[in-house]
Amino acid sequence: MPDEDKKRALHRALVDRVLNGENRASAQHRARAFRNEGLSPALDALIGKVATRPTQVTEADFAAAKASGFSEDQLFELVICAAVGQSARLYEAGLAALAEATVNGEAG
Amino acid sequence: MRLDILNRGYRPSVKLLFALIRLFSGHPVPDAAKLVFYRPDFYGALAKEFTHEAMRGTSDWSVGDRELMAAYVSKLNESAFCIGAHTATARRAYQDGPMVAAVLADLESAPVAEPLRATLRMLGRLTTEGKLSSEDMREVLSAGVTRQQVEDALAVCVAFNTTDRLADAFGFEVLSPEGFEAGAKYLLKRGYR
Repeated sequence: MPDEDKKRALHRALVDRVLNGENRASAQHRARAFRNEGLSPALDALIGKVATRPTQVTEADFAAAKASGFSEDQLFELVICAAVGQSARLYEAGLAALAEATVNGEAG
Repeated sequence: MRLDILNRGYRPSVKLLFALIRLFSGHPVPDAAKLVFYRPDFYGALAKEFTHEAMRGTSDWSVGDRELMAAYVSKLNESAFCIGAHTATARRAYQDGPMVAAVLADLESAPVAEPLRATLRMLGRLTTEGKLSSEDMREVLSAGVTRQQVEDALAVCVAFNTTDRLADAFGFEVLSPEGFEAGAKYLLKRGYR
């Protein structure tokens, strides 16, 4: 497998694992955390910050999510889903811009 | 770290490994390493593979270039742990601390080749704005960067936009300068696996 395909294949495998594997948080919660949308208020504060302003995450954000019934293992998964999801959107945006810039094969 | 399971939730064999690392290296295991040992079947195993491929796999970018990209993305994300870790690793890889510092202080005036500068600029725009146009990409390509180099740089950017978020969300402890230097030495010798 060429290296350029290997990087993207490994990334796809990571995304697939966090979204579709058998885990502690429900697949629905993981998908919502990945997309950063459709979350309950108690989760939305934490997950929204992970996706868009992670330096502002606080102990209180985790405490609020735990108080609403999420375990540490579930929050471990949901935080990772949020981080992987935001990064996956950046990857897609970058690759799409590259494809558009080289659509006629004029570069690279 | 902010979750107790990431501080204390490891199997006995992993705890023993952490103790041995601390004994022989003289430094505690960094939180970035601990994270990938916690339930590695969920995240750590594949994250290590992807990051290693991005940072150490075949590429026309040098290891130093890719570590500098990691440091630059982390700087824009204001991720203290990752800035420290990858600034130290880039410095050691290039054997040129002043150049690395100059890039992180002011990319536009830093003494780097135009293809690398244009690539870092593009990664910065993607990281801070979350989007890129085809015109942004044409600027990079016209600076002499190949399509493959752009793809390789995007993989680095993605790896560290993930790790930066996890570092700040979980609250990775920022190491001492000596701790970051020890980590840099390890990353250059062994990579991310």
